[in-house]
Amino acid sequence: MSSQVQDNLDKLPLDAWHRTRGGRMVPFAGYEMPVQYEGIMAEHLWTRENAGLFDVSHMGQLLVHGQGVDAALETLMPGDFQAAADMKPKYSLLLADDGGIIDDLMATRRGDDFYVVVNGATKHGDIQVMQNRLPGGVVVDYMKEQALLALQGPKAVEVLETVVPGVSELSFMQGAAFNWQGRPLWISRSGYTGEDGFEISVPAIAAAALADATCAHDLARPIGLGARDSLRLEAGLPLYGHDIDLDTTPVMAGLTFAINKRRRADGGFPGSMRILAELQNGAPQKRVGFEVDGRQPVREGALVLDGEGNEVGKVTSGGFSPSLQRPIAMGYVASKLAEDGTALKLEQRGKLFDARVVPMPFVPHRYHRKGAA
Amino acid sequence: MTVYFTKDHEWVRVDGNNATVGISNHAQEQLGDIVFAETPEAGRSLRKGEEAAVVESVKAASDVYSPISGNVIEGNPALADDPAIINNDPEGAGWFFKLEVTNPSELEGLMDENAYREFVASL
Repeated sequence: MSSQVQDNLDKLPLDAWHRTRGGRMVPFAGYEMPVQYEGIMAEHLWTRENAGLFDVSHMGQLLVHGQGVDAALETLMPGDFQAAADMKPKYSLLLADDGGIIDDLMATRRGDDFYVVVNGATKHGDIQVMQNRLPGGVVVDYMKEQALLALQGPKAVEVLETVVPGVSELSFMQGAAFNWQGRPLWISRSGYTGEDGFEISVPAIAAAALADATCAHDLARPIGLGARDSLRLEAGLPLYGHDIDLDTTPVMAGLTFAINKRRRADGGFPGSMRILAELQNGAPQKRVGFEVDGRQPVREGALVLDGEGNEVGKVTSGGFSPSLQRPIAMGYVASKLAEDGTALKLEQRGKLFDARVVPMPFVPHRYHRKGAA
Repeated sequence: MTVYFTKDHEWVRVDGNNATVGISNHAQEQLGDIVFAETPEAGRSLRKGEEAAVVESVKAASDVYSPISGNVIEGNPALADDPAIINNDPEGAGWFFKLEVTNPSELEGLMDENAYREFVASL
């Protein structure tokens, strides 16, 4: 174990709040961020049973606006932004010319503007790409003064309704503006844990008061980055820079739900030639889930081998699943070996592990969809 | 019985010719929830500083180094089924392996308990 010296790390608006609550701060995406408070296992399980509050203020909140913003965004991403309904967040992908993924993001039409949330480690590059490639009349504003909180878990709705009445009326992937103690909030029913929950954009100066008000509820606790990672892995959700990057395409990554019928027919997004061909003929590799025998976690960087010992892929995320009490992983394999049940070996530090391809998510999603109870 | 510590946060408790090795309370705190531990097989000969065991938390994998040279008498059989013992009792029931000491003079370079607690406080 060694302590790293990191210069030029930014502080989150909730920095002091995390330290007061016992958060162990580590460098992440250019910020000092809480990796855990009481412990990753306990925080993970708490979120699956109750409500966990995550500070995701390191993520980039952008407002993209100007004449023809919807059509302009379609030149960067494969989403159908012209048909995007108001207040409905859409998952999309910022693409490179060769179809590689520059970032994954959520984009929501809010009247004439699009509110876009991108990953923390990539936000400055994303803004550059957008500014360089969008027409002059379309402007990207970085909402630096906004913090972003996520409240996730089956009790998230019960907790947040006591703080911000009315949020229970939202359904999964729907957002609305709210007012809390005279401050404007933007809240969507969304998140990255596989659970029901909300993401809350709040002015940074009011973030600590809102976090306090939320955690005053017995069913809500602060949760660190460690559990955020294990929760999203169980939910089968890819993490940018690990499971998706410039070397992977939306088809390889199994994210083709982000490309609708019109965009498949019309193309016109970066890398569309390659991506449409992969949609037609399949990609050479596919992102899959692995169930690993034994108890030892197999992590990012492990090799995937076929029955004859040939290298056929790599693990891009892996760890011990607190909910399932066993190791799980995701990664890429040659498409012919991507079928559920395929037996493969994983190699880590010279040791071989038996694994099988399994469908994701590992733990079922429990989103609050419209019409559901 | 005397207990010594390394800068890598292992402890070694010496009783005559035999020694028991584990990781310190500080080490288990830093690792967090331990989900897997692999101990060396009986009969293996270890050199001082050699990778002897593996410990994995939810977050990361770490090597455990042998604080001194010796021949492994046994690994702790309880760790395979319940690695959380290392979190709960790191300097007792959560021991990793027992050694027959081959070079007792190596103990001289290690820290005693007070020196180790001061070392941890300085980190």
